[in-house]
Amino acid sequence: METKTNVHAEEGKQEILITRVFDLPVELLFKAYMVPEIVEQWMGTKVLKLENYAHGGYQFETTDPRGHVHRFSGVVHEFCLNQKITRTFEMENTAFPVQLEFLEFEKLTETTSKLTMHIVFKSIASRNQLLQMPFAMGINLAHNRLQAFFTN
Amino acid sequence: MNLRRDVFQAIADPTRRAILMLVASQAMTAGAIAANFDTARPTVSKHLQILTECELLSQHQNGREIYYHLNPQKMKEIADFIEPFRHFWDDRFNKLEAIMKTYQANQ
Repeated sequence: METKTNVHAEEGKQEILITRVFDLPVELLFKAYMVPEIVEQWMGTKVLKLENYAHGGYQFETTDPRGHVHRFSGVVHEFCLNQKITRTFEMENTAFPVQLEFLEFEKLTETTSKLTMHIVFKSIASRNQLLQMPFAMGINLAHNRLQAFFTN
Repeated sequence: MNLRRDVFQAIADPTRRAILMLVASQAMTAGAIAANFDTARPTVSKHLQILTECELLSQHQNGREIYYHLNPQKMKEIADFIEPFRHFWDDRFNKLEAIMKTYQANQ
């Protein structure tokens, strides 16, 4: 399967870089981050608050298959239309420390664009913990079992 | 999206994981693989087809027999602990792209 998203996580650093090229004009890509109804669709979350300006904040809420409610939120530090968003991100009521996200939106051509998500963590350990979240969330239970099989 | 070609979907099934374990030690024919399971032969064939489609297994003709081999490169890819994380974001961004294309078309 073709995949267009890259994750760069250098050993021994407390940051990650996620890049993705979209088959969309940059204005449309940016809109997907601005309009609550659209954010809800692709993030699979409820948007409780989305303030698109510096010193504004956002809050999302998801309900997992077991019915547990999780909230995610942060504050906006910079908001430049079609260019960048700098914000914090936090999983409420968890031990995960807050993280800092730099989102950059770039026009490549009239119909393509690139998103660079630079995430800075409190520590290397908290970065690695987050990278392993998709396991914890049960998205890839099978992967775990397979890895266990090959390492045991 | 064709889920069958999704490698993580492929290894989510216990029978398919068992097949990968079997073939990891040596290349085997479909018949020899099926002999290890109580499931019907066509069911095993279906599993082999899915594993081949997502490149976890490759087929090699040897005389009249077709042998299934494990593709170590693909296995390494999924054993990389960043891969599920990348996969998670890739799924999300694919969704974003699809939604915005529909949005664009409706303008």
